[in-house]
Amino acid sequence: MQAATKVTERTATAASGKSVNILAFSGDIASTSKDAIMGAYQGLGASVSTILLDFTGVDYINSSGIAIIIQMLLDASKAGQRTIGIFGLTAHFNKVFTMVGVAKYAKMSPDEATALAGL
Amino acid sequence: MKTGSCVEVRLPSELGFEKVALSTAASMAKLMGFSDDRIEDLKTAVAEACINAIEHGNQLDDSLSIGVVLSHTDDELEVKVIDDGVGVTKHPSHPDMDLKMLGEEDPRGMGMFLIQALVDEAEWHQGPPGKSFVRLVIRLHKENK
Repeated sequence: MQAATKVTERTATAASGKSVNILAFSGDIASTSKDAIMGAYQGLGASVSTILLDFTGVDYINSSGIAIIIQMLLDASKAGQRTIGIFGLTAHFNKVFTMVGVAKYAKMSPDEATALAGL
Repeated sequence: MKTGSCVEVRLPSELGFEKVALSTAASMAKLMGFSDDRIEDLKTAVAEACINAIEHGNQLDDSLSIGVVLSHTDDELEVKVIDDGVGVTKHPSHPDMDLKMLGEEDPRGMGMFLIQALVDEAEWHQGPPGKSFVRLVIRLHKENK
């Protein structure tokens, strides 16, 4: 019943010149998204240090989906040198991510250009 | 809509069907004149209440269903989500992101917090099978209460 989560990967260059890997999500972000999201994250090369999560194509997120993002942040923290940022959330989910504390560990930006300008 | 109009939806205990409930709640809230941001709050609260009912109340048992009852007065919309579980005994707690990042708190477990934070009233009632429910209320004019 849930819309499958799709994750596409692309690269971009930040204002600072560093290479950034972007994981763009579409569909639902829910408990069923774990394999798609964590699989894409774990498939990034060991040399990848800066990751942006693009939620522009996402309409529905629930707390189980947010927990997967938190798991990714935890894994990145354990890995040491990885930075994760977030952009493209609706105003509502921007509020929800802030309420639960995600914004403390992942910089949140309204769009890709703003996110890249801040890296 | 006449005051007191009531809508009931029954959902299978399968994750994903909560979206039927949140769409129904959103439609009713729109008819009542709630703003888009309040409707988004309601949608998330209703979704989380249904997910709790499906996962914890009915424990994903596909022989059971959950009931969603929506009713309204002139300025408030009430949503009851009813399941066959024993009800919730713990109170919602604020998620501690620092503990989650230390691996000392489950990354999940934010549903009740979100429900309470996003609506004007949230209360959990324990009862026999089919009688445990969470009751959510959002108001058009919060300052009136």
